[in-house]
Amino acid sequence: MGRIVLSKVSKRFGEVEVIPPLDLTIDDGEFTVFVGPSGCGKSTLLRLIAGLEDVSGGDIEIDGTPATEVPPARRGLAMVFQSYALYPHMTVYDNMAFAMRVAKQPKEEIERRVSNAARILQLDQYLDRLPKALSGGQRQRVAIGRAIVRDPKVFLFDEPLSNLDAALRVATRIEIAQLKESMPESTMIYVTHDQVEAMTLASRIVVLEGGGIRQVGTPLELYERPENTFVAQFIGSPSMNLLPGTISEAGAQTAVSVTAGGRGVVPVASQSAGDAVSLGIRPEDFQLAADGAEAIFEGTVAITEALGEVTLLYFEARGDEPAVVAKLAGITGHEKGDTVRLTCVPEKLHLFDADGLSFFYR
Amino acid sequence: MARAVTAQRKAFNTALAWVIGLLIFFPILWTILTSFKTEAQAINDPPLFLFFDWTLENYAVVQERSNYMRFLWNSVIIAGGSTFLGILIAVPAAWSMAFVPSKRTKDILLWMLSTKMLPAVGVLYPIYLIFIELGLLDTRLGLVIILMLINLPIIIWMLYTYFKEIPGEILEAARMDGATLKEEILYVLTPMAIPGIASTVLLNIILAWNEAFWTLNLTAAQAGPLTAFIASYSSPEGLFYAKLSAASTMAIAPILILGWFSQKQLVRGLTFGAVK
Repeated sequence: MGRIVLSKVSKRFGEVEVIPPLDLTIDDGEFTVFVGPSGCGKSTLLRLIAGLEDVSGGDIEIDGTPATEVPPARRGLAMVFQSYALYPHMTVYDNMAFAMRVAKQPKEEIERRVSNAARILQLDQYLDRLPKALSGGQRQRVAIGRAIVRDPKVFLFDEPLSNLDAALRVATRIEIAQLKESMPESTMIYVTHDQVEAMTLASRIVVLEGGGIRQVGTPLELYERPENTFVAQFIGSPSMNLLPGTISEAGAQTAVSVTAGGRGVVPVASQSAGDAVSLGIRPEDFQLAADGAEAIFEGTVAITEALGEVTLLYFEARGDEPAVVAKLAGITGHEKGDTVRLTCVPEKLHLFDADGLSFFYR
Repeated sequence: MARAVTAQRKAFNTALAWVIGLLIFFPILWTILTSFKTEAQAINDPPLFLFFDWTLENYAVVQERSNYMRFLWNSVIIAGGSTFLGILIAVPAAWSMAFVPSKRTKDILLWMLSTKMLPAVGVLYPIYLIFIELGLLDTRLGLVIILMLINLPIIIWMLYTYFKEIPGEILEAARMDGATLKEEILYVLTPMAIPGIASTVLLNIILAWNEAFWTLNLTAAQAGPLTAFIASYSSPEGLFYAKLSAASTMAIAPILILGWFSQKQLVRGLTFGAVK
């Protein structure tokens, strides 16, 4: 239960089109995360699915039934808000029971489901309290409890962890992951701007930018084979390096001359030599080049950050090219002003054309 | 950073507050005192403050000459009725303006307020004619309607500001929980806005209770509230200060008592949102 199909869904606020028409299918039982920088339309997309905003065009289907015109309550969804949005004048019990009360459910059933949810979320002792007497984490659990009680087809989470402090955020993230595990059949859609939350929770990630979908895939697909430079740089920290260059040899494999010097061979087919491209290398994929061996990148260290398990090398930027970062295992002992030659195994290289699209998806 | 307040300064502030408070209260106090004097003592020169022959004679005369209870009842119906009706209309109006604002919402709010800038007498003639036409002249229903309309902008404005303080996500949560619009307003919005609604109700009752222009101009013998009761003691039979004061005291007593008991609620409501 809980398959959502969006076809040509769009949203405009007045003259501004925040979401150009997009198609997206969210399968039954999936944990889908919408991720993107602020203003990318991820929350709006969630609110469109929830029915809290009307679509400007296109159709929404939930479980094979057209839902575009259905009011939020009858879509069979439950939502956990960023601000928790608990009813401040109701106790924890009443907060969780509210939905079933307005649905005129029998009292015993309400009692049973609320106490069940309270047990799962360890809220048993707090049922008589008002929200203002709870901590942030407890409030968030009540908000989740309110959703569980309704036994919805789909759970919607709108940045549920952003109001919590760092330690609590990790703990609650794990709780949400466990919740999903205990309810494998329910679909969850989760909005966040935090790529760590996206990578750890999602079975599938939808990366959004400017209201459009940039890529849909499993966390590892997004990491290993980003479709475009936006996804490449959004997923992973520090961001992927993009070295400008041109194709020197086209064919079944592509050799790239990096503008700043250096050369790399990417195991992907290309047609025309001479085209401007960007060679993508994640900081953690860099290795020190052996003496005499060909280097992909050579630069002067501007800043070193030795973290123990890894060492981050920030290189001096050349002209208006973005500064290159390398993340090398262990303690490398490099200092400011050192010249370092770096290479990378071909399988870990990425290649993007002038429009920022990956050659691997051509 | 808290400012250091010396005991001396505090005493001065307290004294100043009392002086200002008494100054404002003095006319009311004087009215009440005068109501216990004889007509001769009332206009005595120099004025008598506390040392005179206290008498209830004026109250007896006023009671005898006019039916106080009828005026009181009219006031209750008119103030209560117009407030109730006003709230009934203003809650949904303020809800829509606060939570589903359109491009025109700000203009509508300003336009509503602008109606309060028009001198009431400017529309007396048309309203009078409409009332004759509809047979509403000198009826309680007529006054309930007119006072409700007069105060509606203020009620909507007050509720709008209170509702604005309530996070929209909570109402959206109610909507996700399956609440209909009616349930959302009744079970979620209203309980959260109780302090605001209560102070709006109180203020509106006071405004309607004291309203004297429309109540005097649109009533005669039947629907006149306490304002008409006071007015009936002013000019026609010459000036009888003591009796006028007795009538005034009787007219303002109920609202004064209501205000006294609800002052905590009133203050809380009027500062609602300012203190978080």
